Amino acid sequence: MAARKVPDLPNVSKDDLLKYYREMLLIRRFEEKAGQLYGMGLIGGFCHLYIGQEAVVVGLEAAAEEGDKRITSYRDHGHMLACGMDPKGVMAELTGREGGYSRGKGGSMHMFSKEKHFYGGHGIVGAQVPLGAGLAFADKYKGNGRVTFTYFGDGAANQGQVYETYNMAELWDLPVVFVIENNQYAMGTSVKRSTKSPSLWQRGAAYGIEGEAVDGMDVLAVKEAGERAVAYCRAGKGPYILEVMTYRYRGHSMSDPAKYRSREEVQKMREERDAIEHVRDLLMQGGHATDEDLKAIDKEIKAIVNEAAEFAKDSPEPDPAELWTDIYADAAPQTA
Amino acid sequence: MATEILMPALSPTMEEGTLAKWLVKEGDTVTSGMILAEIETDKATMEFEAVDEGTIGKLLVAEGTSGVKVNTAIALLLAEGEDASAEAPKAAEAAAPKADAPKPEAKVTSAVETPPHPARAADTTPDWPEGTKMKTMTVREALREAMAEEMERDETVFLMGEEVGEYQGAYKISQGLLDQFGAKRVIDTPITEHGFAGIAVGAAFGGLRPIVEFMTFNFAMQAIDHIINSAAKTLYMSGGQMGAPMVFRGPNGAAARVGAQHSQDYAAWYAMVPGLKVVMPYSAADAKGLMKTAIRDPNPVIFLENEILYGRSFDVPVLEDFTIPFGKAKIWREGTDVTIVSFGIGVAHSLEAADKLAKEGISAEVIDLRTLRPLDYDTVLTSVMKTNRCVTVEEGWPVGSIGNHLSATIMERAFDYLDAPVINCTGKDVPMPYAANLEKLAILTSDEVVAAVKKVTYR
Ligand SMILES: Cc1ncc(C[n+]2csc(CCOP(=O)(O)OP(=O)(O)O)c2C)c(N)n1
Ligand SMILES: [Mg+2]
Repeated sequence: MAARKVPDLPNVSKDDLLKYYREMLLIRRFEEKAGQLYGMGLIGGFCHLYIGQEAVVVGLEAAAEEGDKRITSYRDHGHMLACGMDPKGVMAELTGREGGYSRGKGGSMHMFSKEKHFYGGHGIVGAQVPLGAGLAFADKYKGNGRVTFTYFGDGAANQGQVYETYNMAELWDLPVVFVIENNQYAMGTSVKRSTKSPSLWQRGAAYGIEGEAVDGMDVLAVKEAGERAVAYCRAGKGPYILEVMTYRYRGHSMSDPAKYRSREEVQKMREERDAIEHVRDLLMQGGHATDEDLKAIDKEIKAIVNEAAEFAKDSPEPDPAELWTDIYADAAPQTA
Repeated sequence: MATEILMPALSPTMEEGTLAKWLVKEGDTVTSGMILAEIETDKATMEFEAVDEGTIGKLLVAEGTSGVKVNTAIALLLAEGEDASAEAPKAAEAAAPKADAPKPEAKVTSAVETPPHPARAADTTPDWPEGTKMKTMTVREALREAMAEEMERDETVFLMGEEVGEYQGAYKISQGLLDQFGAKRVIDTPITEHGFAGIAVGAAFGGLRPIVEFMTFNFAMQAIDHIINSAAKTLYMSGGQMGAPMVFRGPNGAAARVGAQHSQDYAAWYAMVPGLKVVMPYSAADAKGLMKTAIRDPNPVIFLENEILYGRSFDVPVLEDFTIPFGKAKIWREGTDVTIVSFGIGVAHSLEAADKLAKEGISAEVIDLRTLRPLDYDTVLTSVMKTNRCVTVEEGWPVGSIGNHLSATIMERAFDYLDAPVINCTGKDVPMPYAANLEKLAILTSDEVVAAVKKVTYR
């Protein structure tokens, strides 16, 4: 096994490190469990796992304040866990049950939590970008000082609506952080095969938007960049772009045979750059935690995930009457 | 106790597969993420990863075996300290959800259960009290007044679109609103329909009540994804947690001599979509009352205006707060021989036709649907049950038209009342031509309505 680069010990507290470790591990274990339930036929349709990218949301959530909003694509389980949504409700939505966040009517790709300011969960590549700017528009209109994190992929970054949004977000100084989660692939298309742009964040310059690229396998680097971005937006200076360089270990969705990249490429990332192992190293080297301590955390997380899985299996399917609810906010749908 | 490793479902449609190759052997230690086997699904050969850690105790299915059903145990995984003789677990729980008590059947009105007829009592209350003072106003003024009143009433209402502010509106519907409400609430956008429609939907998710003006609805096709996928479906997909209370408005349908790309009626397109409400007024009073209702509605509303009608004048009631509910048709003219059902500018053709028909002794009842979703089926059915004949009139294309839908509904619910097949008068099934003579041929006329009525009345 190739050795990971020994990290320099940054100036970060033990509590923070343990928090990031725990949050990232929760996402990973949750996703592994989701993969397993998918394999058992308990989760249907498309299911996009976030394994490998955990440091992105955990780092950025560490830079967020209460009331800030977030919106993302269909690869959304990690975002929901990171912003504090209940793993049980998320897993039960994956299994399409009454106990799910959308009472089983949204599924893996379409989940929301008004309480946690999580605005989805969107299945159309790139659509969340103007929607996120719109949330920021509402906050600016109300003058409440909130910031919206709008996540999208390297593939989504080629959608025209992203640039329409950049233009208006800068024109109107909207408090939105555009987070490009560059995991290097859009399904089977590598970034190199989809654009000749040397970097994605720099495209913002055409609209006058500032930004930067960040190492997305380093949760501390992500948090630091996130804090810069948030401070910029909160100061009323307009949007900011973070291109977070990350990697997804699993296939695009569950049915991806992953023939577009080598097993070695994935293995190398896992062994040399894994974000969770990175924090683990920091904890051990800083003398903040022992192997035993971390095993105990692992056990705790497993229990949470197992509980979520049990809930998601036991929760009943939605009542058939749910077919006809929530179509209109004020009235039952009409039948001819 | 040993854990069973089950044959996984590796695609949305996989029911069984071939265990092509084992990449581990009995006695191997595995960690989560390690590849255990290659499995051929209905789509591809996939790698199957371990989720739990442990030691492979037993391989239960030999490599090369085909037709292995999903959820069959294919191997045993031993935890620390266990040996292969450890008792195998009971068969894993079935994947199907627990079937506890029998579930209540949904109370759904399917086609089969639909009562054949007749209509429920139609709402025939007048739109305003008798004796209300009236003033004459154009549709344009009525729309502007409705928006101004609602913006006055609710701080969260704002207008955005191309040229709505400083230019005072491409069709002058927003004349004066910038002066009255300022640039925070009357927002000129760049020419970027997809983008600003998405931003407006996001703003609605965020608690505002946007009015989005499309310079014409032809350009809303660039924004159709946000109208349908983001605005119309989110309430449902979120289990009722959040939706898009907003109005998409602008001129729709043929103007004059602007050719195929600027002359299309989208009524039937939008009316198809659950989650949207769809309004298409004819008169100024309806434009005003329905626009105010649309802005207050907690759902996304498509408000289809008409450039040719903008300048027409009608009587509008002078009332403090005048609204018209959705789903209530208006009977413009009562009659006994035939029911003409229309909406939008189609009502103008229908009323003209009714005048001509009256001169020939045919008494036509003219119904203006005003809203297409919800749609006032009861008023239509009640009328058809009286006249026994029906002609529908709309400017849009014939295939999948509102008229088609009405015909089907009348056939299902009032078949025995019909004395003739329903005829749909529509625009011609062609892109709008530019040449004056061809354009005239493409657009629906009152003479065509007259001819259709004569056909259903066998005259
Ligand atoms: C408009 C649209 N086009 C195509 C798809 C199908 N699709 C789903 S995900 C995807 C790849 C997106 O890749 P990226 O933006 O990099 O996000 P990632 O999956 O890597 O998180 C595609 C093509 C879609 N959902 N929406
Ligand atoms: Mg990607």
